Amino acid sequence: MFANQIGYYSLILGLLFSFLLCTIAIQDFNKVNKKLNENIIILTFLQLTFVIVSFFSLILSFINSDFSNETVFNNSHTTKPLFYKISGTWGNHEGSLLLWLLVLTLFIFLFLLKSNSQPKKYRILTLLFQQIIIIGFFLFVLTTSNPFNYLFPIPKEGLGLNPILQDPALAIHPPILYLGYVGASIIFSASLAAVAQNYISQEWAQHIKKWVLISWIFLSLGIMLGSIWAYYELGWGGFWFWDPVENVSLMPWLSLTALLHCIAVLERRATLTSWVVVLSITTFTLSMCGTFLVRSGLLNSVHTFANDPARGIFILIFLFVLIILSLGVFFIFHKDNNVNQNNFFWLSRETSILINNWFMMYFLSVVLIGTVYPIFLDVISSEKISVGPPFYHKLIAPFLIPFLLFMALGPRLKWIKSKIEKKYSIIIIFIISIILTFFIIKNLTTNILFYTLLLSAAFFLFFTTLKEFLTKKLNNSSQTIAHFGFSLLILSILFNGILSSEVITNMKIGEKFKFGKGEIFFKKIEERRESNFNSIIAFFEIKDLEGNVVELEPEIRVYNQPLMVTSEADIKTTLLEDKFIVMNLVKGNEYFNVRYQSKPFMVWIWISVFLLGLGGTIGLFKTRT
Amino acid sequence: MYGKKVKLRFLFLVLLLATVILTVFLILQSLKENVIYFQSPSEINSLIEIESKKIRVGGMVKEKSVVINSNKVNFIITDFKNEINVTYSGAVPNLFAEGKGVVAEGFLKDKNYFSATKILAKHDENYMPPEVKEALGVK
Repeated sequence: MFANQIGYYSLILGLLFSFLLCTIAIQDFNKVNKKLNENIIILTFLQLTFVIVSFFSLILSFINSDFSNETVFNNSHTTKPLFYKISGTWGNHEGSLLLWLLVLTLFIFLFLLKSNSQPKKYRILTLLFQQIIIIGFFLFVLTTSNPFNYLFPIPKEGLGLNPILQDPALAIHPPILYLGYVGASIIFSASLAAVAQNYISQEWAQHIKKWVLISWIFLSLGIMLGSIWAYYELGWGGFWFWDPVENVSLMPWLSLTALLHCIAVLERRATLTSWVVVLSITTFTLSMCGTFLVRSGLLNSVHTFANDPARGIFILIFLFVLIILSLGVFFIFHKDNNVNQNNFFWLSRETSILINNWFMMYFLSVVLIGTVYPIFLDVISSEKISVGPPFYHKLIAPFLIPFLLFMALGPRLKWIKSKIEKKYSIIIIFIISIILTFFIIKNLTTNILFYTLLLSAAFFLFFTTLKEFLTKKLNNSSQTIAHFGFSLLILSILFNGILSSEVITNMKIGEKFKFGKGEIFFKKIEERRESNFNSIIAFFEIKDLEGNVVELEPEIRVYNQPLMVTSEADIKTTLLEDKFIVMNLVKGNEYFNVRYQSKPFMVWIWISVFLLGLGGTIGLFKTRT
Repeated sequence: MYGKKVKLRFLFLVLLLATVILTVFLILQSLKENVIYFQSPSEINSLIEIESKKIRVGGMVKEKSVVINSNKVNFIITDFKNEINVTYSGAVPNLFAEGKGVVAEGFLKDKNYFSATKILAKHDENYMPPEVKEALGVK
């Protein structure tokens, strides 16, 4: 009960502090003193504290199963394990927006702490832009999605959390993803401030790079966690479905990745200033769009949860305000005063970065059009369509070939002007990649030409980055590791895609099913009871052609609240291959629907994303000499 | 007449414009080939010719229509005006049940017979796909 009130009033106080902060900041802006008014940092800290208090009081309500709170009532249940009571806090719309706010206020506080060496006016403007976003979100939470609504009479029991969200990967997926999404807000505010102050420079690049890296790392890991979850929880055995909800997280990632590379160019060469600003604005806009599309119910996605259109309209208006504001700032204040403009030599590192930037923009537009076009068509002609994976594969995969080649060659080039030297090693690696690919492809039944090219390009990047490690030229280890990770990612996705096999059948207990690569034996089932679900555990034996036996135990869970059936896949992971089995039961039927998949190199997909993150982390801690 | 810099910039702009137009054209072209249309049983019933394109059909799974044997699942999708027989060999999602909304993806054999290649899963038992809602006339 008290937690509810404390949470609500803390939010209002937090909003008031926003206005107070803006007033003080504007006053301080015109003062002659060089240092930032100490009070501003203190006030930011207080605002953060209020949001934290509010957030924790919501967590407390969830832990205590306080059903006088509507959010708790809608999303929790007394029999749910403690861990999922807590993660239920951000597993719903209201709570997840509160988390947005928390990260927004946390980032501006950290930014002010860490930017002591930066000009005062720039810091104040960053604060102001960030506060505009924060005020927007405060109003959004308080008016359309208050997490502290009262319910009276107080219900005895809650409605429970959607069981498929009761999962460790999904418990930490939203906070991590939000750190990435919202991290883009600081980049957005800071670059607008820098434009207004005409401060887009090498020093600025060096300072903002850390923030770009932080949100890039979290966004990468966040997307991966969601992907891992989809892989084992949704029971399709895939890790990426080109579903609109997945796409909206990929779009800011693409533009953030492009930004990360441009910042490096800006840092060295003091050029591409407008492009950096445009990318900063794009990234944050896409993050906001992501929230809007997921929360408004506009997207027709397999991940869609029931939701409310009124919220969508608020975010949409807010989004427009931000876009107009940022474009206004950009066009009024931006001066292209850098010396090196249009001074790109065709063979240099910055040129290759720029080319790959264009490729990334192309990938981004493909994903954007594929995601938005169905909505657009629905509005103008009320025709219902969906865009499937073939669209994305067809448009993205061919362009990955030059993209990978530039990724391998670019870092080998010098800044400003590079020469074509006799680099035998590169040519040798290139030939090795092609030969290796040729022998691999020969043994497979796939589209020879296309896959040979794509695989060769991926191997080429793989070997060139590997060679960097071996020759111990680790002067740019973060880039090498990240690029190595990316080549590994593409390789494992390709091999996974080509070599995966699947068997789907309906089986009764005690039956055996023979297929091309072995035999499935459905031994028995057992029943088990947990606090919030009953489960049927099945025991399967998979025998391969050599006679090796693997036991797999998939589950069907019947949750009590909400009453819902879920399938839990059982996966045996080895370095070479994942064996994946999942089963379903159709009501009133003796047949179990069994899906068995063999997914080679699955674990390497996750490992390579970790390598990407590791590369980013090293870049974060390394100070350039 | 114009300086070298202006000419270069102009060339750059033309190239940029050409690339953008080409990209958009490319994307829209393959979009046309790869979109999947959604149709309700009534819409299918009023079709004049059966196309061989992949489509989605949505509606309710008719009560007592699900028949399962060792390699196939057969059921009927209805929008309470018209219905269509669906046959499917694959894994059905957990939220698939009689009397619940469903979206099936696959090919039309004729007006009464649909061969599904995929049954789409939903995350939320209260959630009904917007198309299904519309097909059923629920507001």
